[in-house]
Amino acid sequence: MKKFTTLSSTAIPLSIENVDTDQIIPARFLKATDRKGFGENAFRDWRYHKDGSVNSDFVLNNNIYSGSILVAGDNFGCGSSREHAAWALSDYGFKVIISSFFADIFKGNALNNGLLPIQVSEDFLKSLLQVIEENPSMLLQVNLEEQKLEVEDVDLVTSFEIDAYKKTCLINGYDDIDYLVNQKDKIEAFEAQKMY
Amino acid sequence: MGRTLFDKVWDAHLVDSIENGPQILYIDKHLIHEVTSPQAFAELEARNIPIYRPDQIVATADHNTPTKDQHLPIKDALSKKQLEQLTSNCERNNITLYQLGHKYNGIVHVMAPELGITQPGMTIVCGDSHTSTHGAFGSIAFGIGTSQVAQVFASQSLLLKKPKSLRVNVNGKLKKGVLPKDVILYIIAKIGTNAGTGYFCEYAGEVFEQMSMEGRMTVCNMSIEMGARGGMIAPDQTTFDYIQGRKFAPDSKDFESKVAYWKTLPSDEDAIFDKEYYFDAEDIEPMLTYGTNPGMGIKISESIPELSDASFEKSLKYMDFQKGQSLIGKPINFVFIGSCTNSRIEDFRVAAGFIKGKQKASNVTAWLVPGSKQVEAQIIEEGLKEIFDDAGFELRQPGCSACLAMNDDKIPQGEYCVSTSNRNFEGRQGQGSRTILASPLMAAATAVEGKIIDISKQLN
Repeated sequence: MKKFTTLSSTAIPLSIENVDTDQIIPARFLKATDRKGFGENAFRDWRYHKDGSVNSDFVLNNNIYSGSILVAGDNFGCGSSREHAAWALSDYGFKVIISSFFADIFKGNALNNGLLPIQVSEDFLKSLLQVIEENPSMLLQVNLEEQKLEVEDVDLVTSFEIDAYKKTCLINGYDDIDYLVNQKDKIEAFEAQKMY
Repeated sequence: MGRTLFDKVWDAHLVDSIENGPQILYIDKHLIHEVTSPQAFAELEARNIPIYRPDQIVATADHNTPTKDQHLPIKDALSKKQLEQLTSNCERNNITLYQLGHKYNGIVHVMAPELGITQPGMTIVCGDSHTSTHGAFGSIAFGIGTSQVAQVFASQSLLLKKPKSLRVNVNGKLKKGVLPKDVILYIIAKIGTNAGTGYFCEYAGEVFEQMSMEGRMTVCNMSIEMGARGGMIAPDQTTFDYIQGRKFAPDSKDFESKVAYWKTLPSDEDAIFDKEYYFDAEDIEPMLTYGTNPGMGIKISESIPELSDASFEKSLKYMDFQKGQSLIGKPINFVFIGSCTNSRIEDFRVAAGFIKGKQKASNVTAWLVPGSKQVEAQIIEEGLKEIFDDAGFELRQPGCSACLAMNDDKIPQGEYCVSTSNRNFEGRQGQGSRTILASPLMAAATAVEGKIIDISKQLN
């Protein structure tokens, strides 16, 4: 897994609530059998009209915005468990997703792919979206070690929560498979004495 | 302090706890399908890690399969490749696969319970968010991502943080025409699509106690639509009777000792939940969704609420509905009865019961897609197919079908579909399609009338 420590980037504001994984990557693109190339179809039906023409109203097609941070509305990533959603966002170029609330499975999938989900308060999200919309070239600073998200130029700063184990994994690029495979003795002992 | 059903099952599967971190949970059954498993097999192969417990894995092909002419070669090259890869991955790793055409093939959340694979007190995972279905048996069952599929392949375990507990109580007696689907759509409409995030939900009260296993599966299936990773219902005599005698059920000499254990699982009376909701069965009516998430639901007698926020308005615009509008009388051209929510025999019995002696409206294209080969066989055996044929309905072959429209079963751009599935997201049933979630009874009535009707008026 890719390591994550710090990031300084501009951000793209997607101020829509309940962005579900069917929007992030529609089901018809789930036929691939490897993890590559999903970025091309990330938010496909919002980026393009059905006839294939570009939907210029959609924020990802607005070239005043760029960067590897996506700032999205409440309950981001709800719906299907498809990890293809995390792969698509990563492959598109995002490294951090900021929202006031993440759906469980998406959050886990993101963390398992080195894509950092940062949960902030609703008020902070509102301020952050406003800052980005007013000045799209504003840089955001993410520091995972310090669990800090900051927009230095406007003095907007917040800390964020992350599970200590997951934090270690991200900083070092470890994943759960490495950990679990090393626990085989305990798992075998559990199997031998399980009570049900 | 007393323990909840969830606590009891969780604790019995705890391998170890990491200090200040997650716990290692042992997984009894791992269900897999063609869409979310190939990358996990590839991951293990690339790292040279063997599948740890292949005999605890069961595979089926469902998401990406055609629902017509299943005996013919699959036309779509990518779908064909995905299914072939599932077959070769299972063969290479000695995993049981019920592939397309097999008498046990079906939607993973329909075939596993009907084979008796799903049992109380188990931990069950699958790379599909509707794995919560299996909680109907009093098991901890939840959807996982592909990285986690690989973790279970490698260790038959997962690293997890214990979720908080939530209980939804519904007491009283349901009105005529109100089905389990209406109960869960009502709950989600009341508490919202993220009220359950971070929680595992238990459904309790008279309504669930009196419900069939099929109905309980419908309810638990949609737990994820309120954000909860899983939903559970305490196992009882209804559960034991359903399991007994099924192919992979405990055999007769073990069955009684299993039942004795299963009877210890229900939540203790003094168990405390982190959050509880109480609803009255009499308040529930046949439900419909009008928006683009399952929480945007109304009773048939209600009108679309008049809210003013950007996401709500975006949703109504997509659906081409107005604030304050009633859905009664809305012409509908597509009806889908199927999906892991409502494709079990009971659902087709309900539909057939309404359709018998009537005709499908000429403007309606209706797809009836059984959840499994066994359900399909039972539909024929019970004479329901004849009823559907006589009324002009098309009974197709099993699969996930128009629930997520990965195969050819797509609703055209701009068309409404009254659907018994679980998600009404934008484009879920095909690009530009507009989904209205409802029960099999509402769906059948819509197909016959060619428009949405107030079914409760017709029944009472």
